[in-house]
Amino acid sequence: MQLTIEVWRQENAEAEGRFVTYQVDDATPEMSLPELLDRLNDQLVEAGDEPIAFDTDCREGICGTCGITVNDVPHGKVPNTPTCRQHLRSYDDGDHLKLEPFRAASFPVVRDLVVDRTALDKVIASGGYVSVDAGTAPDADTRQIPFKVAETALDFSGCIGCGACIAACPNGAAHLFSGALLSHMSTLPQGKPERAKRARSVVATTEEEFGPCSVYAECVEVCPAGIPISAISAVNREAARTAIRRTKDD
Amino acid sequence: MNSFRDFGSKRRSTFGSASPGNNAPNDAVAKPQQDSPDLQAPQERPSVEASGQDTGAKSRAESVRKQRPASTKGFVTYSSEPLNGNVPDGDPLTAWSRRKLDYKLVSPLNRRKFKVIVVGTGLAGAGCAAALGELGYNVVSYTFHDAARRAHSVAAQGGINSARAKKVDNDSLERFVKDTVKGGDFRAREADCFRLGEESVRVIDHMDAIGAPFAREYGGELRTRSFGGVQVSRTYYTRGQTGQQLQVAAARALQRQVGLGTVDLRTHREVLDLIVDDGRAKGVVVRDLYSGEIEAETAHAVVLCTGGYGNVYFRSTLAHNSNVTAAWRAHRRGAYFASPSCIQFHPTALPVSSHWQSKTTLMSESLRNDGRIWVPKNPGDDRPANQIPEDERDYYLERKYPSYGNLSPRDISSRAAREQIEAGHGVGPLRNSVYLDFRDAIDRLGKKTIEERYGNLFEMYFDATGEDPYTEPMRIAPGAHFAMGGLWSDYDMMTSVDGLFVGGEAGWGYHGANRLGANSLLSACVDGWFTLPYSIPNFLANHLGEAPLDLDAPAVQRTVEDVRARTEKLLSIGGTKGADHFHRALGDILYSDCGVARTESGLKNALKEIRALREAFWTDLRIPGTGRQLNQELERAGRIADYLEMAELMCLDALDRDESCGAHFREEHQTPDGEAMRDDDQWCFVSAWEHTDGDGLHPGQPVRHAEPLEFRAVPLQTRNYA
Repeated sequence: MQLTIEVWRQENAEAEGRFVTYQVDDATPEMSLPELLDRLNDQLVEAGDEPIAFDTDCREGICGTCGITVNDVPHGKVPNTPTCRQHLRSYDDGDHLKLEPFRAASFPVVRDLVVDRTALDKVIASGGYVSVDAGTAPDADTRQIPFKVAETALDFSGCIGCGACIAACPNGAAHLFSGALLSHMSTLPQGKPERAKRARSVVATTEEEFGPCSVYAECVEVCPAGIPISAISAVNREAARTAIRRTKDD
Repeated sequence: MNSFRDFGSKRRSTFGSASPGNNAPNDAVAKPQQDSPDLQAPQERPSVEASGQDTGAKSRAESVRKQRPASTKGFVTYSSEPLNGNVPDGDPLTAWSRRKLDYKLVSPLNRRKFKVIVVGTGLAGAGCAAALGELGYNVVSYTFHDAARRAHSVAAQGGINSARAKKVDNDSLERFVKDTVKGGDFRAREADCFRLGEESVRVIDHMDAIGAPFAREYGGELRTRSFGGVQVSRTYYTRGQTGQQLQVAAARALQRQVGLGTVDLRTHREVLDLIVDDGRAKGVVVRDLYSGEIEAETAHAVVLCTGGYGNVYFRSTLAHNSNVTAAWRAHRRGAYFASPSCIQFHPTALPVSSHWQSKTTLMSESLRNDGRIWVPKNPGDDRPANQIPEDERDYYLERKYPSYGNLSPRDISSRAAREQIEAGHGVGPLRNSVYLDFRDAIDRLGKKTIEERYGNLFEMYFDATGEDPYTEPMRIAPGAHFAMGGLWSDYDMMTSVDGLFVGGEAGWGYHGANRLGANSLLSACVDGWFTLPYSIPNFLANHLGEAPLDLDAPAVQRTVEDVRARTEKLLSIGGTKGADHFHRALGDILYSDCGVARTESGLKNALKEIRALREAFWTDLRIPGTGRQLNQELERAGRIADYLEMAELMCLDALDRDESCGAHFREEHQTPDGEAMRDDDQWCFVSAWEHTDGDGLHPGQPVRHAEPLEFRAVPLQTRNYA
């Protein structure tokens, strides 16, 4: 199939960016978006041009490295599917694809389609963890966790950290990301001892690094991990709970 | 070198220890263990005495000296001294606790005086960096990713083994070791496997405690399932995303230390060389991938947890950016490389279906718990799978290996698939795959249960192929997957370069010639959280009061200059083709001549082709852009340049190892029914290769060192899964 591909080219963080249009004539329906870019880059290198920089790694939708906005939708046409699992079979011969980086104030462009998502890690480093040192944990079988509780925790902990939720949000909010983290941790008994402390720091860092929640839920439509919408309310819920309980933890 | 390995006057030896005191404890672990339900099976023939005392060890030490196949003449050279793996003497069951007691300690007040560089943030790297940080050491942690969480451990699907042996299915630490050693076809270090099993218990406790939501039974206890090569249920999991949950938990633990200031995490930086001064690893040279800056960092010790090299085959189950560069650069600086040819081909990868397909995505081994593998009995049968009647299907794994059936180990399953495909029974448009069918499981358990167990894998399959595995069988094929080989290290995980440690898939010790499913996440976790944090302080204790090498030191400047020169050289070739072009070509060479099956003539052919390809690379490569910016073509080119050297060593190792063992299948050495024929009299050792400089583009002839392997608890036997 023939595709017209309009790609955001930006030399570096300081440079002005612009769209450049390319043509790929031998795309095939089974190609994934990164494979389409491989094909295009091969063409560019052979022509002596600089290839398009884009982040990609596992190419099976679990590492969260890839993230391209396709025709204004983070990750692409198929809902809740990461860039690397978006295949050209959902497009038609002659289609026009506009490829841009994930757009958000918190994600500065590094080059072309590559953005810097360090802000997400700041949320984790500020307190999004369980404070247990290696070797000090009790026998995991002594801590009985009902089947459903473990499954619910897993629904939230499936987040791949790609940042599509932030790119989809008109406010650039990270409530789905941070809420998933808080929900996962507060569901499990091992996350309870520092629940309030965690909520306080995670919410503070989230508000510092990202925008306020728009309540539009556009994040949920693009999330490749299918994080439930209730995650976004967890941010306010955990914050409120912490405020009411003040210094108490459970 | 390695002076710290002398513990006082007690020089540790890998072999030849026959003190009478060792026999008694050995008896506790050396009972012949019958794991085949077919008691008539004649295959379990212990080749050593019933006591388990490995009397063959001495003669095998001698075989190291004499084993030099004529076919390698002119390709490699040999060291005549056996390599010392520094394994504790005596009963392997207690080896780890005895060794830990021997280790020197660093007092809590002195720990902050030490700096350790940990390269890689996968389960081994993040675990090691976090654990050292928790203990109070200063850690500098490097990853080429934009975030620690992205390391490729994240993609492991099926699970993590643990010898917790809670059930009454007759599991035990000894059985774990037996399965692992036997699964590895007796080319692993047995004592390492004991440590792996022993520490596996608290790996689960720890990962659970830091927030990995392991699957639970309705009663609230941890749930397990079975994996290939095992007849008990010891695999802990979280749906089909165990690696992700463990990796993200480990990355959180690492971020905790970043927040606390013990770990300095430096993302988007790729380690391009090792700084060796006075025979000791003292730092690394890295390139900041965003700015192109070349930076040096020095420390008291360096740990490489940089993963495996399976994507040397271009199409593999690995991530796009996985590479051998850090390990290879260390190899060039003196670290021996163990068993480079031992690569596992995963039997349940997606088949190649087009030129631009960039990987053969893994479909978890756990699928083989419920899926049945088959091919049409008639070669070239073109009917859709569902129209082929039951009696015209060959469930070849169930037929050939009735005890283990669809859960036969990976090397055996891959070889069987290859055999079927080569005999014309392959299915799919290119006839290069076999079926993995869930029809019977769905009939038996219902679609809902199957969805609960494998939902995300089925979705992934659908995305990749456009076919619905609920209604038609999956198509799978063997794909390059896990590197059993890696940097050689002794029992303390230190390489042949003083102060350079290795962990996870970048190392070699546990898996021999074939890794069992769900032992990979385990070995990474055990190395990172529960082995390196013991053995590294033992090394550091000898260097109290020393400062890390000054950044102005000649060794640092020289190494930085080497990296700059190499980068410039790559950029200035000015050819016509991108790096991927050469990578694809290299993959084709390796798949055909150093793949699931190998022959002397094929390997010699590959060696010629690799040299020609390397010459083409260094004359016809084109890297647009400069080195002072994000330049992904330059990154790839550097990795492929290293793969082009590494591939040669893989082929040389495969050519040298004139036997079949595990995943290393030399067609010259097989039984009449096509099983691997091991040669314990000649080859019961691990090859560890030393780099020598060549002239021009090509490396010199590598020197083979050999560490004899001793099996005290698991008697040498023919591996049989029938």
